[in-house]
Amino acid sequence: MSDFVELDGVSLKYSEDPSSLALYKTSFTVPRGEFVAVVGPSGCGKSTLMKVVTGLWPATAGSIKVDGQAVERPLNFVGMAFQNASLLPWRTALDNVMLPLEVAEPHASRLKAERAAYEQKARALLALVGLKGFEGRYPWELSGGMQQRTQICRALIHEPSLLMLDEPFGALDMFTREELWLSMQDLWMARRPTVILVTHDLREAAFLSDRVLVMSARPGRIILDRRVGTPRPRRLESAYSADTVALIAELREHIHAARTRAA
Amino acid sequence: MQPAPEPPEQFDLPARVRRKRFLERAPVRRSLPWLVVIGMFVFWELFVRAFSIEQFILPAPSAIFAALWQWRGLILENSWQTLMTTLVGFALAIVVGGLGGIALGSSALVYESFYPALIGFNSVPKVAVIPILIIWFGIGTVPAIITAFLLAFFPILVNVATGIATVEPELRDVLRALGASRRQVIMKVGLPRSMPYFFASLKIAMTVAFVGSIVAETVAANKGIGYLMLVASSRFEVPLAFAGLIVTGIMGVAMYAISAGIERRMTGWATRSADMSLPTS
Repeated sequence: MSDFVELDGVSLKYSEDPSSLALYKTSFTVPRGEFVAVVGPSGCGKSTLMKVVTGLWPATAGSIKVDGQAVERPLNFVGMAFQNASLLPWRTALDNVMLPLEVAEPHASRLKAERAAYEQKARALLALVGLKGFEGRYPWELSGGMQQRTQICRALIHEPSLLMLDEPFGALDMFTREELWLSMQDLWMARRPTVILVTHDLREAAFLSDRVLVMSARPGRIILDRRVGTPRPRRLESAYSADTVALIAELREHIHAARTRAA
Repeated sequence: MQPAPEPPEQFDLPARVRRKRFLERAPVRRSLPWLVVIGMFVFWELFVRAFSIEQFILPAPSAIFAALWQWRGLILENSWQTLMTTLVGFALAIVVGGLGGIALGSSALVYESFYPALIGFNSVPKVAVIPILIIWFGIGTVPAIITAFLLAFFPILVNVATGIATVEPELRDVLRALGASRRQVIMKVGLPRSMPYFFASLKIAMTVAFVGSIVAETVAANKGIGYLMLVASSRFEVPLAFAGLIVTGIMGVAMYAISAGIERRMTGWATRSADMSLPTS
């Protein structure tokens, strides 16, 4: 497998102030089609990592390559989802999911001619995450979990080769979260995009990803790169298996060490 | 598992709940504003009669409505003039305030450069500008239009700018990571998002536009409700002056209602009521 995302010695300072150093000489690679989770103590620069990889913030030093190309401006094909669903309240669930198609090429120029086909696709995607029958509902008519599902559909509708998830399940209750883990796994296995998931939830990282990267306290660096061996498709029980519990304990130890070192 | 008991087809409401319902009935609620206005006039009439107040100090509503009827042609003609003046000034304010708001809201640089000057400009009492407008444009409709515009554009501008400038950063990131241009972010998110702010500002702008045109008419016009009121009071036709005030009030309420109606149609999503939402599952 070729490397899809490559970071080499990436540092980022938001301003001249040295305390604004969010990343320091971070290096890692993600092969095409891999699901990687990034965990770490809070404020360690996980969200900064998202911005750097997608080119939304320029790195202060080091090189970033996505799909073999140096990232010098915002990429134009990435699917993103955040902790807040941030849906457009004046659009129905279906129209929210369609939003990327109005912006991202080549879909934007085809949308007018092939609207029906695209709409069919959006409906199918919504049905896949259990939102059949809710296409015409507005965001305020949907529960938090439904809004989050809609957001994930929005991130996936244009079949991105790179998916960046910033704690998309963070604000949900445990049962909804576990349900969405399963949906997420299905969606990922169907298309195999490269995924970078930033999360606080170690169990989520262990359940969903092929590899877990642990970041140090700010300024963030990768201090552990751990492969997750659980075979796919994973069942929810695997999130509570002895192997996973051991892995979580190991991750927790590293994060704890990183926090105390920083303090 | 036991099946959940079916709710009964009908059940009696307790008396306490039923009593409350009277004031909550739609026809009752709709008539309340009218009752307030009528009550105010009745009180006014009784007050004037009880204290035998002279007509040239405070005319009774009966005298005002009599004057309204007597001078109906004159009043209609002059209110039409005022309405048109106000609407032209208001339309200009929408265009300038809207475009200015988009410019201010979408660029931090433009915002920082222009905002202090705009605040200063808005702090200038517009009445003080009217004499200058007379020097430039002479007595007539133009100073009134410009005064209405000057008062009305600022709230529109500030509100549109706020709506656009407060787009959630996550949403902006979602679109930018799809290759969206700054213009696309404004068109897809910023503008629709600023619509509730825009319509809220229209209601304010509409009423201050009336204030502007009428104030200008009292100083620098030979037509319009403001001019009519000035002439009427100089001739001690105080009921006619009050009739002018009432007509102004009616026009203000009517235009407000139109703005509010458009607002409800365009941005119902922002003022959704609780009964429209689903119980969360």
